[in-house]
Amino acid sequence: MATDRHPRDASIGGPRRDHPDDGCIVQLLDEDGHLRQEGEPPSIPEDELLELYEGMRFARRFDERALSLQRQGRIATYAPMRGQEAAQVASARALADDDWIYPTYRDNAAKIVHGLDPADILAALRGHQSGYAVPDGVNVMPEYIPIATQIPQATGGAWAETLQDPERDPDTAYLCYFGDGATSEGDFHEGLNFAGVFDVPAVFFCNNNQWSISTPVERQTRSGTLAGKARAYGLEGIRVDGMDPLAVYEVTRRAVSKAKDPAADELRPTMIEAVQYRYGAHTSSDDPSRYRDGVDEEWADKDPIPRLATYLRDRELIDDEYEADLDDRIDAEIDAAVDRMEAVETDPAEMFDHVYAERTPELADQRAELERLRAEYGDEALAGDGQ
Amino acid sequence: MSTGTPQASRDSPGGEDDLTLVEAVRDGLAAEMLRDDSVMVLGEDVGDNGGVFRATDGLLDTFGEERVVDTPLAESGIVGSAIGLATHGMRPVAEIQFMGFVYPAFDQLVSHAARLRARSQGQYTCPMVVRAPYGGGIDAPEHHSESTEAFFVHQPGLKVAVPSTPYDAKGLLAAAIRDPDPVVFLEPKKIYRAFRQPVPADPYTVDLGEAAVRRQGSDVSVFTYGAMTKPTMVAASELDGDIDVEVVDLRTLSPLDRETIAESAKKTGRTAVVHEGPKTAGMGAEVVATVQEEALVYQEAPVERITGFDVPFPLHAVEDYYLPAAVRIEDRIRRAYEF
Repeated sequence: MATDRHPRDASIGGPRRDHPDDGCIVQLLDEDGHLRQEGEPPSIPEDELLELYEGMRFARRFDERALSLQRQGRIATYAPMRGQEAAQVASARALADDDWIYPTYRDNAAKIVHGLDPADILAALRGHQSGYAVPDGVNVMPEYIPIATQIPQATGGAWAETLQDPERDPDTAYLCYFGDGATSEGDFHEGLNFAGVFDVPAVFFCNNNQWSISTPVERQTRSGTLAGKARAYGLEGIRVDGMDPLAVYEVTRRAVSKAKDPAADELRPTMIEAVQYRYGAHTSSDDPSRYRDGVDEEWADKDPIPRLATYLRDRELIDDEYEADLDDRIDAEIDAAVDRMEAVETDPAEMFDHVYAERTPELADQRAELERLRAEYGDEALAGDGQ
Repeated sequence: MSTGTPQASRDSPGGEDDLTLVEAVRDGLAAEMLRDDSVMVLGEDVGDNGGVFRATDGLLDTFGEERVVDTPLAESGIVGSAIGLATHGMRPVAEIQFMGFVYPAFDQLVSHAARLRARSQGQYTCPMVVRAPYGGGIDAPEHHSESTEAFFVHQPGLKVAVPSTPYDAKGLLAAAIRDPDPVVFLEPKKIYRAFRQPVPADPYTVDLGEAAVRRQGSDVSVFTYGAMTKPTMVAASELDGDIDVEVVDLRTLSPLDRETIAESAKKTGRTAVVHEGPKTAGMGAEVVATVQEEALVYQEAPVERITGFDVPFPLHAVEDYYLPAAVRIEDRIRRAYEF
């Protein structure tokens, strides 16, 4: 893989070093959208470059619309991803359809790329359980909210892959997303340790966006890098510029390929630390002005979308007309998703569905009690504004 | 609202201010930190951010970063290190951001905090508090709305307190911090800012283990706590004239004030219990058992349990159907009365 390793910007993550590679972050596109290394461009097909760009542009617009819907009270708490579109879209696009993802509440772009309907994501944010339902053939677990809990589960999923047919290499990889804060949880360490011990086809994708609500990564760990923690468990740990879609795509593709079929000198499981920045708040309930002054300047110029746009324009793959058409297509798609979201309704009795394979007699009684109360007093009395 | 100034540093000793429940929590923390240098606060986002609900707002500025500590994102680390701090001279108050996120720390709480005294035969103790907002009704995301207090009540060695008023929030928290044993302090976030109440500026305690009769009545006793106190009081008012309802706010779930429960049950002979956690093996079952053990011969009706349903807490579009509403409480009080 043609990558240009360059000394880490000392302002990213502080000066601590605990491994010879820690000064390296894989980057292909510089902040101006030019290839860092003259010569052969990365071997990403043109149509894939456009898919990457459209996915990132869709993510940015989805994020803006979701925040607007939240402010209008049409959805509840929303966790924005502005600045993190490259990491999500490029990593998910590096997967085959059969590969699995284990997403968090912030990874909506990755979920959409891997097959979830944006309308379903919005419906769950509007409080409808049906929005969590995963269509057949879409290998996406319901989003994980308690931090880091997905990590050992992704290890287990990947492990199962190796047990189905121990004689051959697995043909499915498991990509597990989490943030920088998750690396402090026990589940992170236990999950990675198991992944090493059982040699599972997993890729642990850390979206290090520098902030766990108000806690900067420098206060999260004294370790110089997060990827270094993976090396302690016998995984490959690699750092990539998470705001460089080309680098994220190439690094993830290699990790996924290696998970399925590592060369003799390669480790099967990988942790990718995608170094990036959360431009927005933790969620719509968060007020970042309490703990930081705007967007830290060093990150403002790293926005992944203009970087890729410049690269594509330089290659005459996109122009103003293309951009205008893309805007229209994205807006139409999101408008339609919002309409579908607003058509979703939940019958209160649905809360008794899917608790067990077979409803217990006690739950049947409780369901009947709720239905009796609704019939006798009406929905307004049970769940109206006064409650 | 947020001035960044802890209420305890206000210069009105002997006076009182109208505070919300969450402001009273902050006031109680500040008051205890002023009286005892060993009291410290630790948790995620409790410092610069003042807590996601602002329960620690301003404490960092007043007490400094050695006593108001932003920790890494690790609940077991928070509670486990709080145990270590507590066994070596500190009085830690650990914040878990939402009750639904306490489970990584469950092992530390039930295997260690709860029984260090017993294991060491009194040599080592664990005077610490774990605070967590709990409960539904605020359109929060999944895992942010549960009420699983029964897990902790079930564990011998832990105490569990749940305030329903600003006055009690400050007083119960002070009692919890001064208590020689570990206390899980659950804050009903639905009513964090629902109303204000005069709260004394000076430190005071509300004793753990004592229920409060919120409304005297002679026909039916209703036992409740936390955010469910309000709809229970509404139900009692609605029934006024037909049924004379007594409302008892348990305030401490462990140890449970069995005496007050028994007295009330003997007086009215008809009882109900209201909580938002699931029904099966919930606090209601303990209240039913207490009534049956202490006041059986006085009973004229089965004890009614008005609770959350035995399902995972639903996403918010239908959470109001899950939570006991005043009309649902009235319905069952009437059933107890008419039995």
